[in-house]
Amino acid sequence: MEEGNLALQYLLSGVTKGSIYAIVAIGFNLIYSATGVLNFAQGEFVMLGGMIAYTLWQFLPLPVAVAASVVLVALIGCALEILFFRKLRRHSILHMIIITMGLSIVIQEAALHVWDEKVRSLPYFTGNEISSVHLFGAAISPQVIWVLGTAVVSVVFLHGFLRYTLQGRAMRACSSNPEAAALAGINISNMRTLSFGLSAALGGLAGCVISPITMTHYEMGAPLAIKGFAAAILGGFGNPMAAVVGGLFVGIVEAFSVSKMPAAYSDVVAFAILLLVLFVRPHGLFGEPTAESLREF
Amino acid sequence: MKRLIVVAVLGLCLASGPLFAQGKASEPIKIGAIFAVTGPASFLGAPEQKTVEMFVDKVNKEGGVLGRKLEIVLKDSAADPAKAGSFAKQLIEEDKVLAIIGPSTSGETMQIKALCEENKVPLISCAAAEVIVNPVAKYVFKTPQKDSQAVTWIFNTMKDKGISKIAVVSSNDGFGKAGTEQLVNLAKDSGIEILANEVYDKQATDLTDVLTKVKGTAGVQAVVNWSIVPAQSIVAKNMKQIGLNVPLFQSHGFGNVKYAQQAGAAAEGTLFPAGRLLVVGELPDNHPQKALLASYKKDYESRFKEDVSTFGGHAYDALLVVVEGLKKAGSPDRDKVRDAIENIKGLVGTAGIFNFSPEDHTGLALDAFEMLTVKNGKFVIYKK
Repeated sequence: MEEGNLALQYLLSGVTKGSIYAIVAIGFNLIYSATGVLNFAQGEFVMLGGMIAYTLWQFLPLPVAVAASVVLVALIGCALEILFFRKLRRHSILHMIIITMGLSIVIQEAALHVWDEKVRSLPYFTGNEISSVHLFGAAISPQVIWVLGTAVVSVVFLHGFLRYTLQGRAMRACSSNPEAAALAGINISNMRTLSFGLSAALGGLAGCVISPITMTHYEMGAPLAIKGFAAAILGGFGNPMAAVVGGLFVGIVEAFSVSKMPAAYSDVVAFAILLLVLFVRPHGLFGEPTAESLREF
Repeated sequence: MKRLIVVAVLGLCLASGPLFAQGKASEPIKIGAIFAVTGPASFLGAPEQKTVEMFVDKVNKEGGVLGRKLEIVLKDSAADPAKAGSFAKQLIEEDKVLAIIGPSTSGETMQIKALCEENKVPLISCAAAEVIVNPVAKYVFKTPQKDSQAVTWIFNTMKDKGISKIAVVSSNDGFGKAGTEQLVNLAKDSGIEILANEVYDKQATDLTDVLTKVKGTAGVQAVVNWSIVPAQSIVAKNMKQIGLNVPLFQSHGFGNVKYAQQAGAAAEGTLFPAGRLLVVGELPDNHPQKALLASYKKDYESRFKEDVSTFGGHAYDALLVVVEGLKKAGSPDRDKVRDAIENIKGLVGTAGIFNFSPEDHTGLALDAFEMLTVKNGKFVIYKK
């Protein structure tokens, strides 16, 4: 295989992984921006999206199953926020982060009991397991295009939502100055619930669209959350587009590291580069070094 | 004072409990089972636990063994060697089991091998690593076929097909490492050259980068993947998606038709060694294993509404070995049962026909495996 084609193939492979990380990172970014909480249960929303869609797909057409799953996961996200975060009288961010870790474990176990340990996957949205799209001598599965497309659509939607709608602007107000926002009549609690719901919805959608590639099982959430979190940090909080760039960056670095070193080291390389970038730019590639990053801990 | 009396009485009751639980002739015979029912090896432990449940119900319905019912004391280790170790201690010292079947994974088995040997408790493991029975420990047996036998089958099939240069990709867990070791050790003598040898993370969600490296390695005629689910299906799909169209060999970890279904069209033509349980329909009626395999498959699938796998079969064989040893020994004495097990010959199990001996505590020969392939989403015997 020609050198150029091989490099392109690696690039596409990196884009495949990267878009998966990106789509998880967007969810992290959103909740952090709106509430200051690092939601370590984000990976579980992805897992639930895929699992619920799989169950619904048994008796509904695929697009309906996916849509219904996204709605259900959004509701679960809202419910979690109402049950666990509203009731807290002291809104210490550290408490809330630890609660999300606990929730992640509880949701995993619950999923194990509801769906058992088997691996499942949704069918490919277009084509099947062996379809591939050829681009200049390299090939990828059409599902990768779906994942990338979903990431792009999510970013565009979020951007429009946060900038042009009343709710979106209210959410941004809450994130930059909660006290002032409350004084202006914005219901902080509802904004928090909305951000969880939206992030859960995006996570659930991600879970559906990546399911044919990664396969869905009850434990898939945790490793995805770690990579997604790394991607979100790398991109920098405060901008959903940054999360996508962060994700793609991590994915592509991993893929190219495989070309030069044994695949066993790909994680090491990815995290080493992450650390390097953070030493130089602690707030990530696109993050804003403003008061936003000085969250109480 | 009253509180003290209540506590003392309760304490005495608890302490005397075990005194009432032992050895009466009508008491059930206790056999310990440590399986990874939940956790990363649940695809092994869950079918194993279900199989054992089904087997014990059947045996007890038919009157038990030596006139006594069997009772399985089940512990879920979640594939954690530390948990397996503490459960083994509990089973040996508190429950005083006759023997232990399981654990599901090699790591856990190695953790408890010495313990069982010291305490002279027969251990019939459902894990496959060579080191479990090599060096041989008097009380430790295993029922799965050996990794080296799986590799031998793969290399023999490759030679038939004229394949001599291959790439190996494996997961970074114990199973992947053990398999890769066997592949590397046996390659030279089989005339096979390994051009690329890559290890990937067992939780990887996409393996196109590793397979791109394989695609970029000139001369690769086949790929061997040594891992468990989900990587098995992901490798198959990714290979087709990036256009790496060479034969794919999987390990005997592919032993559940669901994995072929998950990889869909990408699984067609995959080759892997496995026990005959998966192709019982194709066996001639006079094959010694046919009756047992057919009835196990029917009972398991109708009771649990899921496909049989060779993994559940290993637990079946382990319990079968214990029951057979018990019958031959004539009494639930650990040493007598151990001796009886070591002398078992010609026992028809799901994985093959067992012939144990003081040097061979696996009991299965090369013919316990069959080379299978995937055709139209089903497992069939590979015909040259």
